[in-house]
Amino acid sequence: MLSVSLRHRFSGFALDAAFDAPPGITVLFGRSGSGKTTVVNAVAGLLTPEEGHIAIDGRTLLDTRTGVSLPTHRRRLGYIFQEARLFPHLSVRGNLRYGRWFAPRSAPREDMARVVEMLGIGHLLDRRPGGLSGGERQRVAIGRALLSGPGLILADEPLAALDEARKAEILPYFERLRDEVSVPILYVSHSAAEVARLATTVVALQDGRVLRQGPAAEVLGDPMVLPTGVRGAGALLAAVVVRHHEDGLTELSAGGVPLFIPRVPQDAGRKLRLRIAAQEVILSRQRPEGLSALNILPGTVESIRGGEGPGAMVALATPAGRVLARVTRRSADLLGLAVGVECHAVVKSVAIAPEDVGGGEGTA
Amino acid sequence: MWGLGAEEWQAVALSLRVAALATLVSLPFAVFTAHLLARRAFPGKALLNGLVHLPLILPPVVTGYILLLLFGTQGPIGAPLKEIGVIFAFRWTGAALAAGIMAFPLMVRAIRLSIEAVDPRLEQAAATLGASRAWVFATVTLPMILPGILAGGIVAFAKAMGEFGATITFVSNIPGQTQTIPLAIYAFLEVPGAEGSAIRLVLISVGIAMAALLLSELLATRVARRVGGR
Repeated sequence: MLSVSLRHRFSGFALDAAFDAPPGITVLFGRSGSGKTTVVNAVAGLLTPEEGHIAIDGRTLLDTRTGVSLPTHRRRLGYIFQEARLFPHLSVRGNLRYGRWFAPRSAPREDMARVVEMLGIGHLLDRRPGGLSGGERQRVAIGRALLSGPGLILADEPLAALDEARKAEILPYFERLRDEVSVPILYVSHSAAEVARLATTVVALQDGRVLRQGPAAEVLGDPMVLPTGVRGAGALLAAVVVRHHEDGLTELSAGGVPLFIPRVPQDAGRKLRLRIAAQEVILSRQRPEGLSALNILPGTVESIRGGEGPGAMVALATPAGRVLARVTRRSADLLGLAVGVECHAVVKSVAIAPEDVGGGEGTA
Repeated sequence: MWGLGAEEWQAVALSLRVAALATLVSLPFAVFTAHLLARRAFPGKALLNGLVHLPLILPPVVTGYILLLLFGTQGPIGAPLKEIGVIFAFRWTGAALAAGIMAFPLMVRAIRLSIEAVDPRLEQAAATLGASRAWVFATVTLPMILPGILAGGIVAFAKAMGEFGATITFVSNIPGQTQTIPLAIYAFLEVPGAEGSAIRLVLISVGIAMAALLLSELLATRVARRVGGR
């Protein structure tokens, strides 16, 4: 468990944040400029905050009150940077082994062969980093961090520099890291899809303050918490794969409600988590008939939050979990939506993108 | 005309010895200074930078005279050193000191450039992986700047081979002791009928300088490739 409490002022910006990161992936979620990278750099010791206390499992890394501040190299971290930062003068194998030279003997040691297999980089070991693709480089960087025997892994927007195809290539490795490795991970992101797939815990940051922290489904399903704005809003549902249909769709069951999404690779019986983007949801008072959309979730309105613009965020309690819907205030008025009103959420199958669907182990 | 006489041989051998000692001894100091100038912020940085470059700008005679004042057997540094048996004045070691001081700015510049070409974010990454400052330097910075260090060393060696003004002012022109190639050329030109000796030494000088420049160019391109990681 990582516990962080920080205060720091820059010109025109103040950070005042405290949170705990339990095992699994804790995502620091917020817009650029919300203070995410400042937090991670303070944890890494690359920046010393004015006030703060940082500890991992009771081991103090920083305590400004007692004047304790371990230098970066003694904090035992694995930092995965946005650009892989591999050492160009070493082979991939040399890069992977680099952190091991410095790890104390008592550090928990990941097996090199296992990590290489998990990341699928066995065929790259003798290559130089300069010749690798962006995705390959980032996989090696993950391995290098993991093999240094860290007590905590930091990842600062590790996918931001990659194109969509490379992102899709790397995301499953982070899911495996979350599900198969016991080291806690602090992961910085401004992408709602990444949060939905990876986060065990979400710490939503806005303007240097923690807006809300908690299990991913709770934080993402809270209509009051929109750290990246309404466009990034979307609730997280837990579902089980029922079966794959001939026509290219996969049938899921979420709390007993059948859902159809474009085919996913997971086998029947596997747990999934999927993000339903709020702006892809249509609301209907009656159960709609003769509609092309395949997914209809019955529910009750829990809350309606109107903003300054024409939109409103409606939270709906359904058997599958809370669903967020972004509609206009005019529609909400026309439908007579109010807390307690029964209503149906309608979602097109194709509106659920592959990057919104992930392996489900990490859902709290 | 192509056979070298004993005196000419002596000058060539002495020059090689003087330049080698000057280069090898000043190299670690140059790496240290270059690292300070490239990577650290400290008060007096501009002053240190100026001091390092001074021999490049001052008339060599002035540098030689300052060395004589400081390192002469009566000088504030030379006198205590004499007590422990280290004498620079009018010795070949003095010629090496003068050559080393004159070549130092060139060496520092070459090494500093190669350090500045190393991405500091790589050094940061090494620190997060558990490497202390010294280890970061030894395992990341140093291997990446090795070609730059060699290039700096070669240019410095060539400069040391050709040093004249500071050497002749500091340690005079003593055959077999402080008479390096340029000093020997100067001496031969004073003697009627010794032009042949002078020309042979001139050609040797040109050859060594050219070879050094080519080699350092070659190594400089290797720095770029190494930092690029291919």
